[in-house]
Amino acid sequence: MRSRFDRQLEQLNDMLQDMGAHIEKAIAMSKQALIEKDAGLAGRVVELEDEIDQKEKDIEALCMKLLLQQQPVARDLRMISGALKMITDMERIGDQATDIAEIVIEGDTTLSEAKKGQFTKMADDTIKMVAGSIEAFVKKDLQMAKDVIKYDDVVDELFDSIKSDLIELIRTDDANGGQILDLLMIAKYFERIGDHAVNIARWAKYSITGRQAQ
Amino acid sequence: MKKLAIENVDLWYNDFQALKGINMDIEAKKITAFIGPSGCGKSTLIKSLNRMNDLVEGCKITGDIKLDGESILGGTDVNQLRKRVGMVFQKPNPFPMSIYDNIAYGPRTHGVRSRAALDEIVEKSLKDAAIWEETKDRLKRSALSLSGGQQQRLCIARSLAVEPEVLLMDEPTSALDPISTAKIEELVIHLKKSYTVVIVTHNMQQATRISDSTGFFLLGELVEFGKTSDIFSMPKDKRCEDYITGRFG
Repeated sequence: MRSRFDRQLEQLNDMLQDMGAHIEKAIAMSKQALIEKDAGLAGRVVELEDEIDQKEKDIEALCMKLLLQQQPVARDLRMISGALKMITDMERIGDQATDIAEIVIEGDTTLSEAKKGQFTKMADDTIKMVAGSIEAFVKKDLQMAKDVIKYDDVVDELFDSIKSDLIELIRTDDANGGQILDLLMIAKYFERIGDHAVNIARWAKYSITGRQAQ
Repeated sequence: MKKLAIENVDLWYNDFQALKGINMDIEAKKITAFIGPSGCGKSTLIKSLNRMNDLVEGCKITGDIKLDGESILGGTDVNQLRKRVGMVFQKPNPFPMSIYDNIAYGPRTHGVRSRAALDEIVEKSLKDAAIWEETKDRLKRSALSLSGGQQQRLCIARSLAVEPEVLLMDEPTSALDPISTAKIEELVIHLKKSYTVVIVTHNMQQATRISDSTGFFLLGELVEFGKTSDIFSMPKDKRCEDYITGRFG
């Protein structure tokens, strides 16, 4: 009896997954641009950001329309309000992937093989967290949301490890301060992407359980 | 503090059981909403709270309903009960007489004769029902000359004129436009300072806007009863969630 509303909610999930696919792609491209020192690829991440911003606006418009037309309550209200909140985090992830790409374009990001391994792991882990958080929301999978939140510790440890290495590098090689700072910022952006994935997972938890995160 | 206690109430219309084992406490000076699909028993229950079902042939009720701890069933003086527990219906039903006489009707039947006292009651009731400004210059005109929304507020004023303690409202805005509905909702929220209000509504948003507690009824049973904010954000019963989200009903 409410098939139109159900179709609109499915459309909302589809749009969230689509925006999710774009931000995962942006993170993956910025990682690849970093590892391969590919400024051209980094430039494409910057272009992708506009698409991501537009997708956020489209989802926001759909949510506002659903609030107006359907006056949702209970799980429908939680889903729509959760979506409205999480797209802000998704958009920020897009911004941070772009920030990484811009450093690749403008800065000096030459990486040792060891550093390549660390950054690759960090980027892949954050992609996994982002994908998991959005899937948890769409599939209403509480365990998956909890797993994402827990996994943030792994990404935080990776950041701490990279930071320690970079501090050590400053001590031994003070000629490359600018490069080291660029790398530290990139690591911090990946770490922040993990934090945003945690926020999304918390909105998934709220959508499923009705309990707001502390 | 509870104003009304509904205890193990079963109600039959001949062979048909319309209410099944209802237990609920209605809090004093709060707004309690009854929701549920047509035929779920919510109107039957609200009518039981001032014995309106006595007029229905073949109606039998068991269990107990208590007002301030005293049973209202059995040998209760129904006129006195209805003075304490007033009712406003879905469709405005002003008497075919003047605005003044509509309000004065109840107090007169309860023995108020003094013109000054009646004037005071009429003014206070119309003010409490937020319709004094619109009617003070035409109190002698027929109540039927008022708009639907005004008529409904007049009916609320008429209920208030006998100084009830509880106001029962059976879908009081379902026949009204949005502006009249908003005025009645404002009024009901204002009235809870002095009265206990029970409202039957099919309008979920109305229940969320004005009520403190909500009871969801289905097939004669009270399925879920709790704080309105909880019912509409995190209902415990799937049938309740399916109903309020429009998945059935």
